[in-house]
Amino acid sequence: MPEVLKAPLTVEFPFTRSLGPVQSAFLTGLRERVVLGVRTGHGRTLVPPVEYDPVTAEEIHDLVEVAPTGTVTTWAWNHAPRRDQPLDTPFAWVLVRLDGADTALLHALDAPGPDAVHTGMRVRIRWAEERSGAITDIACFEPHDGDPVQAAGHSGVFTNPVTGIVAPARLDYTYSPGRAQTAYINALAEHRNVGERCPSCRKVYVPPRGACPTCGLATVEQVEVGPHGTVTTFCIVNIKAKNLDIEVPYVYAHIALDGAGLALHGRIGGIPYDQVRMGLRVEPVWTEGARYPDHYRPTGEADADYDTYRELL
Amino acid sequence: MSKEPVAVIGIGQTKHVAARRDVSIAGLVREAAQRALEDAELTWADIDAVVIGKAPDFFEGVMMPELYLADALGAVGKPMLRVHTAGSVGGSTALVAANLVAARVHGTVLTLAFEKQSESNAMWGLSLPIPFQQPLLAGAGGFFAPHVRAYMRRSGAPDTVGSLVAYKDRRNALKNPYAHLHEHDITLEKVQASPMLWDPIRYSETCPSSDGACAMVLTNRAGAARAPRPPAWMLGGAMRSEPTLFAGKDAVSPQAGKDCAADVYRQAGIADPRREIDAVEMYVPFSWYEPMWLENLGFAAEGEGWKLTEAGVTELDGDLPVNMSGGVLSTNPIGASGMIRFAEAALQVRGQAGEHQVDGARKALGHAYGGGSQFFSMWLVGAEPPDA
Repeated sequence: MPEVLKAPLTVEFPFTRSLGPVQSAFLTGLRERVVLGVRTGHGRTLVPPVEYDPVTAEEIHDLVEVAPTGTVTTWAWNHAPRRDQPLDTPFAWVLVRLDGADTALLHALDAPGPDAVHTGMRVRIRWAEERSGAITDIACFEPHDGDPVQAAGHSGVFTNPVTGIVAPARLDYTYSPGRAQTAYINALAEHRNVGERCPSCRKVYVPPRGACPTCGLATVEQVEVGPHGTVTTFCIVNIKAKNLDIEVPYVYAHIALDGAGLALHGRIGGIPYDQVRMGLRVEPVWTEGARYPDHYRPTGEADADYDTYRELL
Repeated sequence: MSKEPVAVIGIGQTKHVAARRDVSIAGLVREAAQRALEDAELTWADIDAVVIGKAPDFFEGVMMPELYLADALGAVGKPMLRVHTAGSVGGSTALVAANLVAARVHGTVLTLAFEKQSESNAMWGLSLPIPFQQPLLAGAGGFFAPHVRAYMRRSGAPDTVGSLVAYKDRRNALKNPYAHLHEHDITLEKVQASPMLWDPIRYSETCPSSDGACAMVLTNRAGAARAPRPPAWMLGGAMRSEPTLFAGKDAVSPQAGKDCAADVYRQAGIADPRREIDAVEMYVPFSWYEPMWLENLGFAAEGEGWKLTEAGVTELDGDLPVNMSGGVLSTNPIGASGMIRFAEAALQVRGQAGEHQVDGARKALGHAYGGGSQFFSMWLVGAEPPDA
């Protein structure tokens, strides 16, 4: 069996976040080197603060400043920091209960090695030089052997508060289309459309999925379909889609290749867009080096009768 | 043992808008949930469990948002479930919550669905650049537009029907203070003159992108007896799925949608939905889906749905009003959109729909679908409890 295809897939997006009043005060505070917690109805101070009391579900907004010094409540050593982590040298992930707080904040502790870290150790915030109103305004924590630093009692009201942040997210995958699609893609390189037939309903899936979703059976019998096909339905695209270098208007169509049990999707060219019709007979047009046909063009055959493709829209 | 009857006793939603920059996601869901509790005159302590739904996590980039929202929804120390069935999720979420009451697992359940589309880009979330695959050449409307053309070919509907739906729904939205789009100067001519984006779908025949949340309090017979306002009673509810693409798929009138509706009608003892149901709130993200779903849901014979629209039957003062709230065409926080349909059906039979109330509505259908016509969820609610 030929080797199954694999390729990296990176998914990343700069998500935006509206903060609401409590997170706005917390992050604006960090910008001003002030750490704010929120007081619950039972008198506990939560740092980082939340908008709703986890015990009573009441809305809470009584902000209180806590100290930039605190105590490590638990930790784990990070031997190999990854991209975008707070430090690029090995460090400890720590939960720190700041002086004046009843809950602990997750952050990084800059320490020479795991032997230098222990639960109960005293630490203080190392502020980032440039601060924008983000959790990274705390560069990290560092060991602290002095006295607790008193909080100044900030009101939590700031001029020019931060109301939103951008939270970039990135996921790195290794993607494999699997055995059936690998065979399909390899055949496409020879400009052949090879699907697989369901042993029960006899429908031919192009591209194949390795199984028939209707019958629930594995498909193995390979069947070449096309290259000619029929436009079963379509739309005329008048707005340019992002990342697509196609001049509008163009026709996006469902094309049932001869012998296929369902339509695939493609662009129609070689004919004015307003002359494309259901039933038009087409064939693929390949360009050098492309995995898929660039578009499909009319073959010149007579249009297919509606009854021959009405189940393939 | 028979099922416990399920009643809707509280409904709350946010004013849907393009961007709610003043609240976090937690603040958004809280607002809808609080309004539902106020409507039911209950407190957080009266809620036994919370069932929440939203569309894919990629839409806001918060993985498993239900974990972070437990505080905001008073769910700490209670069961909390997340439901996910793409665009139909708001409906499925309500049904999961209803089933917990019907099965007597819980007495009173808060159910909620939301989307804060302004924090991301749903189209991006739905079109990740999967290696080796041919990119979708068309965008969201382009995916659905060929199905609309197929419907027009099959039914022989005149090409004006889509604009009639959009004109109706946008006018209905003017009567709904929670609707996103309030186009006070809308005219049929303006709809028909709007740009053709994905021919045959015009700009004014597409849904907006919204931030919003919708919540409902569901309870048992005892809870309904204590409710301060008339409840809506669930008379039937069902979900069905099928693949988005398979050989034999009927994208114009999917089998899963027909089966789902038939199941709901069987539960509710409905023999003739066109005569026995007073109002319908269905998931119509592109205007032509109104006539398509009218057929799929059994309100018209195949190929005849557009005739109801064209004759004005689906107008607010028509014989079978459809999308009294203004519909998805006027408001689309994707994850919440299904629940807004279900809630509107309940509002109607409670007589609480305000300016968009259908006089004498006793039975109303709420409908949702999603994932390229892959998931369907529906419920039928009535002003009277189900027969014992």
